[in-house]
Amino acid sequence: MLFLTATTGAVDLVNISILNAAIVAVLGYAVVFFGLILLMCVITALGKFFIAKDAKAKAAAPAAAAPAAAAAAAPAEKPTAPGSAGQLKLHDVEPKTAAMLMAIVADKMGKPINELRFISIKEVK
Amino acid sequence: MINIGEVLLNLWESSGFAYIFANFGGGGWQNLVMLVIACGLLYLGIVKQFEPLLMVGIAFGCLLTNLPLGGLYHQELWTNFMDATHEAYHSYGVILREGGLLDFFYIGVKTSIYPCLIFMGVGAMTDFGPLLSNPKSLLLGAAAQMGVFVAFFGAILLGFTGPEAASIGIIGGADGPTAIFLTSKLAPHLLGAIAVAAYSYMALIPLIQPPIMNALTSAEDRKIKMVQTRPVSKSEKIIFPILVTIFVALLLPDTAPLIGCLMLGNLAKETGVTDRLSDTMQNALMNIVTILLSTSVGATMVGSTFLTAETLKIVVLGVVAFGLSTAGGLLGGNIMCKLTGGKVNPLIGSAGVSAVPMAARVANTVGQKNNPSNFLLMHAMGPNVAGVIGSAIAAGFLLSVFG
Repeated sequence: MLFLTATTGAVDLVNISILNAAIVAVLGYAVVFFGLILLMCVITALGKFFIAKDAKAKAAAPAAAAPAAAAAAAPAEKPTAPGSAGQLKLHDVEPKTAAMLMAIVADKMGKPINELRFISIKEVK
Repeated sequence: MINIGEVLLNLWESSGFAYIFANFGGGGWQNLVMLVIACGLLYLGIVKQFEPLLMVGIAFGCLLTNLPLGGLYHQELWTNFMDATHEAYHSYGVILREGGLLDFFYIGVKTSIYPCLIFMGVGAMTDFGPLLSNPKSLLLGAAAQMGVFVAFFGAILLGFTGPEAASIGIIGGADGPTAIFLTSKLAPHLLGAIAVAAYSYMALIPLIQPPIMNALTSAEDRKIKMVQTRPVSKSEKIIFPILVTIFVALLLPDTAPLIGCLMLGNLAKETGVTDRLSDTMQNALMNIVTILLSTSVGATMVGSTFLTAETLKIVVLGVVAFGLSTAGGLLGGNIMCKLTGGKVNPLIGSAGVSAVPMAARVANTVGQKNNPSNFLLMHAMGPNVAGVIGSAIAAGFLLSVFG
């Protein structure tokens, strides 16, 4: 077996046998999974940490903002355009470009634009 | 008085034409065939636009190296360079003293400088946000490396040596720089064939993947709409490349050059304080390295090593590797779809085969064919960038075994 002979340095990896090749293939696939699963755990933990941090910041924000809000009346929200389906968040996208994109999407889907709801548009860099 | 006839005769005898015809049976025909192949590759790059930024350079490098007596590239110098019993073994001094222009370019491949710098540019152009917002994408990136290891095994069955089979298998990673990185270390004599196969199949992804996607997923599953993932903070994006570098390089030190450069490029992009560096990595550096990499890889396509049955086997194994990697990603997608109760569209699994962002675009296009209101691009980008990390880990593993 690959493991047993590798430790003694006797395995010929240039003219590798079919059995050893099969072991390398299975082991390699397993190593890729192992590495990426571990990475997934690390990224998930990182994400949870930041979600918790954001939640804390959001919870603290209204408490701090409440006295200030009482002192100064909040500015009235701008009314949305007639027929619109709510607010649209733009991330690194010019309003002109966003309008063009929405028109293209509506055209491709064959639906009137006021029947579609766009939540956010983000530039993929 | 000067003998004009003698001058003209000398001129003819020192020309490449005379060389080809005088040595037609002893290699001249190979030069001619390789020139035709180079023109064919130029046609594919320019007219059919198969990865033109690389294909045009590879084809022109092939053209230059097969013009006899030009002295641009010397296969025999590199053969001696790799021969442990030869006095020129691992001697760059000999290359610099006796080599030609393309030999000097090729030093960058041999030392792995070009693939790593390309990875730096790729990192500077990649947004890992979709992966961070959905870390499970990494599983699809892993599943899509199936073709690498099945093609490796297939290559062994077809009579290739271990290091050659490893280099052929990595074509399934659909990642040009990784394939060049590994092949230049394990089987440099196959570099030309493997690079051409890898880049050709990457260009053919829109043709290769959709039939496999339709065969391995149900029409109902292809219509699944995925919910929007959470927004990712700037801090997460900055910490990610540092974390991945530490983690992956500790796990598989052989991947450190590739992962390190990929993540350095990404860090430069995300920090927001190194915009000039990021811009250079994405544009000027990337373009310069692409020119040097493509021409020097093309230069390795010398008739005596390219016109062999091995090249045909590599071409066949390459497409098998690509197909199986796509299938592996789709199987992973199907499993994830079932486990999440139909919340994951299995098509995004096919994007696990690196080839950023082409594979993600194909997943999006096939998804929209089945459901015009379905936008899978951002969801497919997660497995797509996970595939880059996955193929680098696969390359690191093969290098640690056969290097």
